[in-house]
Amino acid sequence: MTMGIASDPEVSAIVAEDVRKAERTDRIVGTIQRQGALAVLIVVALIALATFPNFRSFDNAATILVAAAPPMLIALGMTFVIITGGIDLSVGSLYVLGGVLAAWASQYGILAAFALPLAVCGAIGLANGLLIAYTRMAPFIVTLAALLGARGLMRAISSEGSETYLVRDDAFRTLGNGSFLDIGYQVWLVAALVVAGMVVLARTRFGHSVYAVGGSEDAAGLMGVPVRRTKVWVYVLSGLLAGLAGAINAAKLGSGVTVLGTGMELDAIAAVVIGGTLLTGGAGTIAGTIAGVLLLGVIQNLINQVGNVNSNWQQVISGAFLALVVVAQTYLVRLRRVT
Amino acid sequence: MALLEVIDVSKIFPGVRALDQVSFTLQPGEVHALVGENGAGKSTLIKVLTGVYQPDGGDVRYLDQPVQFGTPMDAQRAGISTIYQEVNLVPLMSVAQNLFLGREPRRFGLIDRGRMEHQARAILTDYGVSADVRRPLGTLALGAQQMVALARAVMIDAKVVIMDEPTSSLEPREVQTLFGVIRDLHSRGIGIIYVSHRLDELYQICDAVTILRDGKLVHTGRLADLERIRLVSLMLGRDMAEVRREGATAFSGAATGDVEATPVLRVRELNSRHKLHDVTFDVRPGEVVGLGGLLGAGRSETIKAIGGAYHLDSGDIQVDGKDLRKPTPVRAVRFGVAVQPEDRKAEGIIPGLSVRENIALAVLPRLSRFGFVSDRKVDEVVDRYMKRLQIKASGPDQVVGDLSGGNQQKVLLARLLATGPKVLLLDEPTRGIDVGAKAEVQSLIDELAAEGLGVVLVSSDAEELVEGSDRVVVLRDGVVVGTLTGAQVTTEDLMSTIATEATREH
Amino acid sequence: MSTETVTARPVVDGARLRAWLPRYGVYAAIVLLVVYNIFFTPYFATWSNLRIQLIQVAPIVIVALGMALVIGTEGIDLSVGSVMALAAAFIPLYLGYGVVAAILVALLAGVAVGLINGVLVARVGLQPIVATLALFVGGRGLAVVISEGKLVDIRNADFLYLGSGDLFGIPVLVWIAALMVLIVAFVVRRTVFGRRLLAIGGNRPAAELAGLPVKRVLITVYVVCSVLASIAGLLSVARIQSSDASSVGLLIELSAITAVVVGGTPLTGGKVRVLGTVAGALLMQLVIATMIKHNLQPSTTEMVQAVIILIAVYVARERKTR
Repeated sequence: MTMGIASDPEVSAIVAEDVRKAERTDRIVGTIQRQGALAVLIVVALIALATFPNFRSFDNAATILVAAAPPMLIALGMTFVIITGGIDLSVGSLYVLGGVLAAWASQYGILAAFALPLAVCGAIGLANGLLIAYTRMAPFIVTLAALLGARGLMRAISSEGSETYLVRDDAFRTLGNGSFLDIGYQVWLVAALVVAGMVVLARTRFGHSVYAVGGSEDAAGLMGVPVRRTKVWVYVLSGLLAGLAGAINAAKLGSGVTVLGTGMELDAIAAVVIGGTLLTGGAGTIAGTIAGVLLLGVIQNLINQVGNVNSNWQQVISGAFLALVVVAQTYLVRLRRVT
Repeated sequence: MALLEVIDVSKIFPGVRALDQVSFTLQPGEVHALVGENGAGKSTLIKVLTGVYQPDGGDVRYLDQPVQFGTPMDAQRAGISTIYQEVNLVPLMSVAQNLFLGREPRRFGLIDRGRMEHQARAILTDYGVSADVRRPLGTLALGAQQMVALARAVMIDAKVVIMDEPTSSLEPREVQTLFGVIRDLHSRGIGIIYVSHRLDELYQICDAVTILRDGKLVHTGRLADLERIRLVSLMLGRDMAEVRREGATAFSGAATGDVEATPVLRVRELNSRHKLHDVTFDVRPGEVVGLGGLLGAGRSETIKAIGGAYHLDSGDIQVDGKDLRKPTPVRAVRFGVAVQPEDRKAEGIIPGLSVRENIALAVLPRLSRFGFVSDRKVDEVVDRYMKRLQIKASGPDQVVGDLSGGNQQKVLLARLLATGPKVLLLDEPTRGIDVGAKAEVQSLIDELAAEGLGVVLVSSDAEELVEGSDRVVVLRDGVVVGTLTGAQVTTEDLMSTIATEATREH
Repeated sequence: MSTETVTARPVVDGARLRAWLPRYGVYAAIVLLVVYNIFFTPYFATWSNLRIQLIQVAPIVIVALGMALVIGTEGIDLSVGSVMALAAAFIPLYLGYGVVAAILVALLAGVAVGLINGVLVARVGLQPIVATLALFVGGRGLAVVISEGKLVDIRNADFLYLGSGDLFGIPVLVWIAALMVLIVAFVVRRTVFGRRLLAIGGNRPAAELAGLPVKRVLITVYVVCSVLASIAGLLSVARIQSSDASSVGLLIELSAITAVVVGGTPLTGGKVRVLGTVAGALLMQLVIATMIKHNLQPSTTEMVQAVIILIAVYVARERKTR
C-alpha cells in the first residue's frame, strides 16, 4: 500500500524528535510506576541487612514469607478487583470467616476444611459481583455491606465470636506447619497460586478483559469484552482467595480465631497500590503486588525486631506509603498523558 | 448491489422527531459524506445504523437483507464498525492488546504475545504507525490512536466503516495518512460513511454526500455535482416557506454598536494547540458580534477560552481595558465576563437545585452578610430576573431539572445577568428550545446589547446569526477567515466565506 | 428543534413510590418500628430506655452529619473513625493543660486530617475514596502510637460532664448532637457555603464555569467533616470515661454512611438531607435495639444492617435520565 505523504523533511524531523522525547518520558515514567515498589523493597532490605544482624538469617526470611502468605493471597484477589476499577472491602471479614469455617469443617477431613470456606466465601464474592455488575451500585458500598454481613455470619457460627474451633484434622494442621526445603507448605501453595494468577492476568483473554474493563468500561463493551461477566468473576476470585487465606491461616494457627482480620482489606489495598496498580483501574501487575506485600512484611518484621517500637507504626507507615504512592501515581499518569 | 440502504427511517424522542423518513444508500467502495449542523440528526442516524437506537419507522437493509441490530456489538459482528471522534479504545493497554482484544492469537490456550506483537507491527505499518506496539495506546499521538482504531475495525472484517469526525484532532500530516488509508479501503470495496464539517476534506475524499437538516433529508447525491456554496446553504439555510410561516427571528436587525467606542472586549491572537490559531477580534459596548463557521471551527473553544474554561497556549484578553491574564472561570466572572455554555445540561444549570438557587448561585456573596444568605435580597434578584426573562415555573422553588428547555435556558441567562457582566458570551443560546422561548431569548439579546453590554453570539442557525449580529467573525479550523460588517452581514456572504476553499494548508 | 420535556406525564404509581421511598421511607420505618416496640417490647416506652438510645446514637449522628456534607459533594470520607481515634488519643495528653486546651487540640487534629483529605481531593484530584483511605489506614495507627497503645482512664470531672452530665434532664451529649444538627441544617440551607456545596455536588463543571471557588469549598467540606468526627471522638471518650485509641470509632464510617444513605441522601451528590440523616441514624439504632431486646444476637443485627444498607442504596440509586 502506498500513501502519498507529502511532508516537509524539516517538520518531520521535529516531529520525530518530539516522538522520541515522548517515548523516553513514557519509558522512564512507566518503569517508575512498575518497578518503584521493587526498588524500595530492595533498598529497605539492603538497609535491614546492613543494620539488623537478625534480619540476615534464612529463618527470618522464611518467617517473613510465612507471615506474608495469607496477605499475599488476599492482595492477589484484590489486584484483579482493583485493575477492573473496583474495590473489595469484604476480604478482611471473609478471611476470618474462612478461618472459622475451615477449623470447624476440619472435623470432616482436610477436603472439607478447604471446600467449605471456599464455597461460602466464593458465594459471597459472587453476590458482591452480581450486585456490582448488574445493579451498578458502587463497589465500595456493596462490599462494605458484605464486610458487615460476613462478620455477622462469622459471629453467628462462633457463638458471637466466643467459640474458637480447633483444627481436628492432622493432615490439615501439617499443611499449616510442615515445610518442604525448610519453607512452609503454605508458602509453596501461595507461590503456585501467584504464578497461576500472573499467567491468567497476562496471558489469557480473561486477563486482558480485566485490564480492558478497568481501562475504559465503555470502550471495552464496544470492543466485545463481556464487561459484566468479567466483573462478576473478579469478585468471585477475590472471595475465594480471601476464604483460602483464612483456611491456611487456620491450618497454621490450629484454630479458627475470630478476632483477626480487621484492617486486612486495607493492608491488601495498600500493598496492591504500593505495588503500582492504579486505584482508578486499568493498570497494574501481580509482580508489583508481590513487592508491595513483601515490603509491608519486611517493615513489620523490622518493627518487631526493634522490639520496643510500637507495632502500630506499621499502620502509620502503610498509610503514609499509600498516600505517597497514590499522589505520585496521579502525577506520573498525568505526565504520561500530556506527552 | 447496495451495501447499506436506509429507507424512510424515522426516530422519535419525546417531543422531537430526530429523524424524519430519512433515506440514503451506501455503495461498496463508496466514501459517503454525511453532513449537517448540530441537531440535524447525523448522530441519531449513526446510532440507528450501529444498533444503539432502534428505528421507530422505516427499514435498514444491509447486503440486501433487512436488519435490525440490538446492540453495537451486533452491528460490529455483522461488519459495521464505527470510529468515534473520541477514540474508543483502552488507553492504558498496549497498542497490540488494543488491536487484538478479544481475538488474541493463542498457543496452548495462552495468548501468544510474540505472534500478537509481530502481527500488530505488520498491520500497523500499513497504516503509517511506526510506534512500539508494546507501549500503552494512550501515549501515542491522537492520530496514531485513530489509525489503531481504524486498523482494528478493518481487521474484524468490516464491510462498512463509519467515521465520526475522524480528523477533528489530527495534524495535517496525519490527515493525509488517514486519507491514504481511506483510499485503500475504498479500493478494497469497503463502504465508508464519513462525517465531517471540513469542506476541503469532503471534496478531497468523498464520492457521495447526504445532507440532513432538522432530522430531514435535504439532499443526497454525487458530491462532485454539488457546488460548495450550495452544500453550505443546504446545511445551514432554512426553507423559504418555513421562514415565511414563522417569520425569521425576533431580532430587530438594527445595528446598536457604536463603531467609535473603545472595545469592551479585546481578544488578541488566542492560540490553543490544534484548535485555535491567532484568533483576534474586538467587541464594543452595545455590539453583538457573531462567531460564524461550521461545527468544530473553534467557536465554542474561543468562547470558553475567554471564560477561562479552555486551555490557551498564548493570547491576550482585555475586558474593559483591563488585562485578563491567565483566565480562570473565577477571574473571568470577576472581570465581568459571563459565559453561557453550549451544553446547558452538562455545564450550565444545576438540575437538582431550584430556580431560585440557580439564579442566585454566582452572586451569593453579594446577597449575603457574613456568609449568611439573605432571603430577602435573593428574592429581590430572583423576582426581578424571573419577571424580566418571563421564566415560566410553578414558583422560584421549582427544581430546574423539571422545567422546559426554554425556561432552563432563561434561568441560566438570569444567573449570568445577575453577575452584572460587561461581556456576555452566548454559545447556541436558542438551541433545543421552543419557538416562543426562542423569540424571547432573541429579543432579550437585542435589549441587552442596547443597554450597553458587549455580546458574542455563536449560532449554527445562519438566520439567527446574521440577523442577531452587527458583525460576524467567520472562523474555519480555528482561524479567522473573514469578518462581515455592515451590508455584508447576510446569509449569502456568510456561506460564501465559510465555503471559500482553504489555501493555508496542504 | 424542540426538546420540550413533557410535563403532563401521567403519574404512574410505581414512579411515585420510587420518588417517595428514598425521601420518606426512613420516617415511615421509624414510625412502624416505634409502634411495634410500644406494643411488643417490654420497657421500651420508658424514659431511661429512650435516654440510653439517644446517648448511644449521638456520636453517630454527629459523624453522619459531616459525612452527609461530604456525600453531598459526591464524595466520601472513610477516615472519620481514625479522626475519632486521634481525638481520643490527644485528650488525655492535653487534659493537664485544661479541658479547653484538650478539646482544642482534638479539634485541631480534625482540622489537620480534613485539610489533608481536602487537598488530596480538590487539588491533587484523587477520588475521595482513595484520598481518605490513606488516613483511614494510617490515622488510627498514629492514634495508637500517640497513646502508646494504652487505655487511659479519664477523671477530669469537667470533661466527663460532656459525656455523662445532664442539662434540664437531658444528657449534655444529646444537647450537643442536637446543636450540631441545627448548625449543619442551618449551614446547608442558609449559608453561601451550603448552597455552593450543593451546586458542586449537583453539577461540578457547571459550578466551575459559574465561577464558584470549587476547590476551596471542597477543602472546607472535608475539614468540617473531620472536625465533626473529632467532636464525636472526644464526646465518646467523655462518655465511656476512658480513652482507647484502638477501639474508639471503630467502623463508625460504616454506621455514618448507612445513616446518610438510609436517610435519603443520594451517593451521587447534589442533595443533603440533614433531618433524614438524623432519622437514618435513629432508625439503625432502633433496629439494633429492637433486635437486642428480642434476644437476637449482635451477629444477626450485623447481617440485618448489611441488608438494610443494600436496600437503601438500591432504592436511592439515581436512574440515568440522559
